[in-house]
Amino acid sequence: MEFEAVIGLEVHAQLKTDSKIFCACSTAFGRQANSNTCPVCTGMPGVLPVLNRKVVDFALKAALATGSTVRRESIFARKNYFYPDLPKGYQISQYELPIAEGGFVEIDTKGGRKRINLTRIHMEEDAGKLLHEAEFEQSHFSLVDFNRTAVPLLEIVSEPEIRSPEEGGAYLRMLRDILVYLDICDGNMEEGSFRCDANVSVRPRGQSAFGTKTELKNMNSFRNVEKALEYEIGRQIGAIEEGGQVIQETRLWDVAAEKTVSMRTKEEAHDYRYFPDPDLVPLEIDEGWIEKIRESIPELPLAKRDRFQREYNIPAYDSEVLCQSRALADFFEAAVAVHGNAKAISNLLMTEVLRELNKDRVDITETKLTPSHIAGIVKATDEGVISGKIGKEIFQIVYQTGDDPVKIIEEKGLRQVSDEAAIEKIAQKVIDAHPGEATTYREGKKGVLGFFVGQVMRETKGKANPALVNEILKRLLEP
Amino acid sequence: MELHHLTLEDLAEYLRKKEVTSREITEHYLSRIDAHDEEINSYVTVLNDEAIRRADEMDAALSRGEDRGPLHGVPIGLKDIFCTGGILTTCGSRILSNFVPPYDSTVYRKLSDAGTVLLGKQNMDEFAMGSSTETSYFGAARNPWDRGRIPGGSSGGSAAAVASGLCAAAVGTDTGGSIRQPASLCGAVGVKPTYGRVSRFGMIAFASSLDQAGPITKTVKDAAILLEAIAGYDPKDSTSVDVGVPPYREWCGRDLSGTRVGIPKEYFVGGIQPEVDREVRNAIAALERLGCEIVEVSLPHTDYALACYYIVAPAEASSNLARYDGVRYGYRSEGYSDLIGMYRQTRADGFGVEVKRRIMLGTYALSAGYYDAFYGKALRVRTLIKRDFLEAFNAVDVLVTPTSPTTAFRLGEKTEDPLTMYLSDVFTIPTNLAGLPGISLPCGRDEESLPVGVQIIGKHFREEDLIKVASALESVLGAFGVAGESGAREES
Ligand SMILES: [Zn+2]
Repeated sequence: MEFEAVIGLEVHAQLKTDSKIFCACSTAFGRQANSNTCPVCTGMPGVLPVLNRKVVDFALKAALATGSTVRRESIFARKNYFYPDLPKGYQISQYELPIAEGGFVEIDTKGGRKRINLTRIHMEEDAGKLLHEAEFEQSHFSLVDFNRTAVPLLEIVSEPEIRSPEEGGAYLRMLRDILVYLDICDGNMEEGSFRCDANVSVRPRGQSAFGTKTELKNMNSFRNVEKALEYEIGRQIGAIEEGGQVIQETRLWDVAAEKTVSMRTKEEAHDYRYFPDPDLVPLEIDEGWIEKIRESIPELPLAKRDRFQREYNIPAYDSEVLCQSRALADFFEAAVAVHGNAKAISNLLMTEVLRELNKDRVDITETKLTPSHIAGIVKATDEGVISGKIGKEIFQIVYQTGDDPVKIIEEKGLRQVSDEAAIEKIAQKVIDAHPGEATTYREGKKGVLGFFVGQVMRETKGKANPALVNEILKRLLEP
Repeated sequence: MELHHLTLEDLAEYLRKKEVTSREITEHYLSRIDAHDEEINSYVTVLNDEAIRRADEMDAALSRGEDRGPLHGVPIGLKDIFCTGGILTTCGSRILSNFVPPYDSTVYRKLSDAGTVLLGKQNMDEFAMGSSTETSYFGAARNPWDRGRIPGGSSGGSAAAVASGLCAAAVGTDTGGSIRQPASLCGAVGVKPTYGRVSRFGMIAFASSLDQAGPITKTVKDAAILLEAIAGYDPKDSTSVDVGVPPYREWCGRDLSGTRVGIPKEYFVGGIQPEVDREVRNAIAALERLGCEIVEVSLPHTDYALACYYIVAPAEASSNLARYDGVRYGYRSEGYSDLIGMYRQTRADGFGVEVKRRIMLGTYALSAGYYDAFYGKALRVRTLIKRDFLEAFNAVDVLVTPTSPTTAFRLGEKTEDPLTMYLSDVFTIPTNLAGLPGISLPCGRDEESLPVGVQIIGKHFREEDLIKVASALESVLGAFGVAGESGAREES
């Protein structure tokens, strides 16, 4: 029997607001434990929440960027459960009436472009963090850090329309790219500012009813999500094929063992006793507010990719790489505006530039590079002033110093030699010095030409125009 | 006349005429607390030294010409539900028996800004859950008019303190009648403002959609003065409403001619103590003589109010009280071996029987599979109750009812039967469900000379109507005064 996977993803995106969702405490990361706290976010008796307007702005951005329908009146609800990292004994979230519903994220799959519909987007507060004295089981006590408590989160829930781990990965990356483009989330899975839980089930292909699903947690990278989905789909199919069945449960991804393990079954699941939070009034959003946010939404990653392919005539792969970050895409466009060879600029960005950025773990805006630097290097190459090889060397100097490439070419005398007479003189000298290799060439082993080219380039310190060197050598070596 | 008989208005006048100092008034009240409160048990915490220091400051300020208004230098009491920075705040519970908040409630801050002197924190039913102040971890408070009886609740300590001259005035809270019912049973005046009129910030939550703070005082004018000081929009409370605060005092002593007074017929059926019925009808007759037009109205969903309240309030409470888990503050039991054990033991030992009963009720009402049948239905009933009132207010300006179906009952009389206890608030609960303002003022006494209270209910954010009608009524019926040492009325 052939099986089909049914996957729905639940993303928790930490919003980049300066202050928490219901109090004025800072959201800054890495401070001393419990320094970003106040009576409100530690749930002291008598305190009350007041909604941070910026959180609503950010939620609206996400909603509008995904084509979701914004609810004119949404409600905050309490999700009740006991845990020491949850100071009020309930989390303020949205339940029945979330801020946005519907909407979609488009992804590129092997089968073409696919739309993954969204169920809902809602706002909620994060919980704190428990610190254990030793490994959990051995600890005699635990400490609680409330710095992260009430940091704003968006929960974005997809419909169960994802059919493979690859689609899941593509969906997550695209959603992350959208949130990062909107400048509302860091999108860092390893650091936990972008988290994902998955609902997974399998069913015989062609069947419309859903199979029993499991919920997967603890996947802290895109790669881990894909691996966990792959494993879980295999596990469920295996169970069914062996005549067993899938039980509804929550499973954790064990990174080291590369498998999912049972955490709790349906019977052990919480009854959260959701009800509207009486401390907060219904959130009303008018047309003016929506319009203001709509105007602030930039071109989104997929639209930009499509436009780059069309406008700059570059391959899909190039446009995807360039559009990974808004800053890189902007940089590319600015460079092309200076010098129109888009493909050559794209090549330089995708190879030399990205290698350095990844090595130094920096964003392009944090370097000394400017778009006209890159345009200048490509232009000099295109005009035959320098060779491609010299271009790469110049890039390294520009990257380190921030100096203008034209200035570097002049100062270091890197201008390409295109003087035929001069090259011919050197070529003849090289041929004369290697009579054996010359004979081999003349006997028909044309591959030796490369050796002569290398020698000439060495003599000219790489500055000779390679096309010209080829042409002259061939002429001189002809019998 | 002794200082503890004086109204807020009198005190303000004498202070400004330099006939008395804040220190003298404060010392007088503190010595009365010292002498009488062992028996009344109206205070959990008495701030002897702090109050004197504060009174001296207020005296010094006044002599410098720094006048903070009618409450400047006046010693008051606060229900122990309001967070007071650096001062023990127990909410009548063992679980908060060591809780010293690091912040002030807005009510306390406003009262401080107005120049009051805080005498202490007053006894109450645990987490405001009760109608007799018998559920307090710190022991029951007593009714000043008969110390074998309860003072009402949950703001029973505050009402008893006002009625026995142990503070010049007090601020309590009212979730289902907790200001009006004890005021009625103690012969005091109590106001439950419109929901959203007074900030709830720093007021320990019982049922967030119902809780409101309000004054308990000797006279209607005192209530007007105190309400003016604590009312107003607070950006720290999302449910507080930005409606200007009128000068309530100026609504005292006005003419009632043409005021339309509605008598809801559902409030005058069986179960009322005959003397209560008699005295309230006398009050209505007095209003008619004052020029009011008396109209019978109907609030058809009144019968469902009690049931509705006992779903909504416990549901909210079950969630509000989840934070008392022994992790961060307050009481934590010993002898647990794991996290769940710590929660269980702490909450089992830290909460009293009534609080646990309501947590159970509320948890059940919100549970999966029961939500629609209980909580969901209660919300729909609540809407109908509110609609009843709004319709009635199309025809009348205020409604008049008894505050409580009986006068003060005996200690222990109803503790074994919670349902009977719950009936004490049958006339006050609908007002909270509808978010309306209500006032209770004394209107007579029963055969045993115990006070009877009459309730006036007004439109949303029309507390001035209540002040106007109550003030006129008080002028013909007289204020109840302060109880003497024996429990008999002390002539003033
Ligand atoms: Zn905070």
